Amino acid sequence: MDVNALAFYVFAAITILASLGVVGQRNPMYSVMLLITSFGALAGLYVLLDAPFTAVTQIIIYAGAIMVLFLFVVMLLNVPREEPGLPGVLGALGTRGMQIGAVLSLVLGIEIVWALSRVGLGWFGQDAAATSVSSVTLIGKSLFTRHAFAFEATSILILVAMVGAVVIARRER
Amino acid sequence: MSVDPQIVAQLGLIFVIFNMLVLSAAFMVWMERKVCAYIQDRVGPNRVGFEGVLQPFADVIKLMFKEQLRPKAADALLFAIAPVISACAAFAAFSVVPFGTSTTLFGLLDEPVPLQVTDVNVAVLVIFAIASMGVYGIVLAGWSSNSKYSLLGALRSAAQMISYELSYGLALAAVIMLAGSLSLREIVMNQSGSWWGVIPKWYIFLQPIGFLVYMIAGVAETNRAPFDFPEAEQELVAGYHTEYSSMSFALFFLAEYVNMVTVAAVATSLYLGGWLGPFLPDWLAWVWFLVKVFLILFFYVWMRWTLPRYRYDQLMEFGWKWLLPVGVLNLLATAALVLWIG
Repeated sequence: MDVNALAFYVFAAITILASLGVVGQRNPMYSVMLLITSFGALAGLYVLLDAPFTAVTQIIIYAGAIMVLFLFVVMLLNVPREEPGLPGVLGALGTRGMQIGAVLSLVLGIEIVWALSRVGLGWFGQDAAATSVSSVTLIGKSLFTRHAFAFEATSILILVAMVGAVVIARRER
Repeated sequence: MSVDPQIVAQLGLIFVIFNMLVLSAAFMVWMERKVCAYIQDRVGPNRVGFEGVLQPFADVIKLMFKEQLRPKAADALLFAIAPVISACAAFAAFSVVPFGTSTTLFGLLDEPVPLQVTDVNVAVLVIFAIASMGVYGIVLAGWSSNSKYSLLGALRSAAQMISYELSYGLALAAVIMLAGSLSLREIVMNQSGSWWGVIPKWYIFLQPIGFLVYMIAGVAETNRAPFDFPEAEQELVAGYHTEYSSMSFALFFLAEYVNMVTVAAVATSLYLGGWLGPFLPDWLAWVWFLVKVFLILFFYVWMRWTLPRYRYDQLMEFGWKWLLPVGVLNLLATAALVLWIG
């Protein structure tokens, strides 16, 4: 078998198994670690797609920065193991909550099928080199010229969210 | 089935680099003890081998025969893999560092093999990404030990690493702007030549403040003195590795020393012109690299036995209120300079 294809199947299998593990077992600490594993394997898939910059940003931002935050929250709140049948998150949601969740996942599934049918199968056959996003210079140029407004708007949005978090967390002394 | 000699050479190179890193950690332990001893007017280890050079190996053998202890309430799986994560992250970061031009092994190979595990075009970011993975080893070690001291120590170390990562990244960004490339090999090649035939075109002369910020952040990232809180057993009951013993404890130490070597090697590549230097022919250029890395590592050790430890709140204040603003200003000034000169 081709080495690239083999690597693809290995990374894809790790991604899927780790993602299933995140929701499939009850120790929140293990869930966080499996999510990091899944992100790492995803970065491997990006490398195979000839987009090392995307892969590295995936690791730095998701596996590095955001998951450390998750880990801190799980550690500091000392979330206990979820026992089956006990009033955990599922119990709090109740039957009604589970029904809403099922409907939402159904809607998401239909959306994905609809979106994929819009672009058609020919989209997957595109020449990868023609749309390659591996060049950091190209990404930077288009980010700061064509998408400058979206870029600035996003950063202001993040700043506002940060200020909001500080305001909520601050205690009056 | 024919074997490509190119691939064999590459695998051999990886093997050599891995063992060089392990040996450099052993050498660092020996140098640390020797330099410390002379600074304190002692002689240091001098029984095992010539001037005690075999002392680190004796230490490793001793550690291997120690009992592997694990607290009863610890999470067995995470407790076991935490030191492995630390060590793996430390070794992986070195894979993108170039330490010489390239070699054909005296004509054995058709095409020259660059002296480096792999040349990625986003090398600087790869180092940054892998360094951020090292935090998990520490956090998991602290959490899985199920001990208050370990947990608090892990939080301390993780907060320290995350805080100083920002200044570290800002210093890297300034160099990337100057070089216009993310590949360490290209950054080194950009530093060839000299001004007026005397001063080499190293980025340390263009980025003196950036170099300072990088070195301070690098020391904090590797949890070294004067920011070595995991070592503070008197006042803080050590750190994340309080409950570890035997070889798993040794793995944390190995990771710490390999991280130091990586920080020094990256500093050499970014600011001190990597393997570039006068007098030596191309195929011996790696000697310059080793000399520069050794000087930075010696500076590390020298600093540890000279400066007292910071207090934790001072560390945080220094990182956020001084180092980070200086890093941002340095970045802005560099950007303006690059724009102005073009």
